[in-house]
Amino acid sequence: MSALIAAATPTTTWYLVLAAVLFGIGTVGVLVRRNPLVMFMCIELMLNAVNLTFVALAKRLGDIGGQTTVFFVMVVAAAEVVVGLGIIVSIMRKRPGANVDDISALKG
Amino acid sequence: MELVVFVLAAAMILVGGLGVVLRSHPVHAALSLILTLFGVAVMFVSQQAHFLAAVQVIVYAGAIVVLFLFVIMLLGVDRTEDLKTEPFKVQRPLAVIVGLGVVGLVTAAVVTSRDVVATRGAGIIEPAMTDPDSNIRQLSRSVFGDYVVAFEVTSVLLVVAVVGTVLLTRKVKPTSKESQ
Repeated sequence: MSALIAAATPTTTWYLVLAAVLFGIGTVGVLVRRNPLVMFMCIELMLNAVNLTFVALAKRLGDIGGQTTVFFVMVVAAAEVVVGLGIIVSIMRKRPGANVDDISALKG
Repeated sequence: MELVVFVLAAAMILVGGLGVVLRSHPVHAALSLILTLFGVAVMFVSQQAHFLAAVQVIVYAGAIVVLFLFVIMLLGVDRTEDLKTEPFKVQRPLAVIVGLGVVGLVTAAVVTSRDVVATRGAGIIEPAMTDPDSNIRQLSRSVFGDYVVAFEVTSVLLVVAVVGTVLLTRKVKPTSKESQ
């Protein structure tokens, strides 16, 4: 048993499959939830899954470029969250308690 | 040892991810998101990305989730959402099918191509006791060397995002000329 545990070291494939599962959870969340804030959180889940993929493959390929990409993805994600939350705040101010079905038309 | 770390961090990630999707209270979803982000940070450490793990904790768990919580409190949407009612009957089964399809396809691609990729780059230096900051130095050589133009464009992006958000959320006051 201990030899089995010692033999089973996590390979890159494990990390990639875990990232795929996390991405799937995020996808289902975006498709199912109605609250725009929670949908945003699910998008963050998907971004993190992709970041995990990049980091795992950077180690596998021995290339630091993957980690650099994750750095830029984090910056863009931060900017995206700021703009998205700004839009949500300005919508919610006009219609308190709106979900995404109420605001499906692009007019105020 | 690595197996134990992987299993624990994977449990954190999956429990947090399911919590974001399944918890009906937005604050609980945000706290579940923190759990996932910390799990991903642990994964980063075990994959020799020490600087990114620190950035993950500081920027994601520290700044972005706090921003989420701040907006939840500001808008007063911190009440339980009714998850029982479904606007469209077929949507949830279809969403689960799509999610399982994505996971299945990506997993199949990963498993079938796991022997194809080979080492290409110069290698990621694993930090040792004698050289603890090698990851930061290697990453900074990449960011400020090969990708310095992208780094500078990033600053433009951040300025645009900040200015755009200020313009979006500003309350429009009627000016004195218009009111007269």
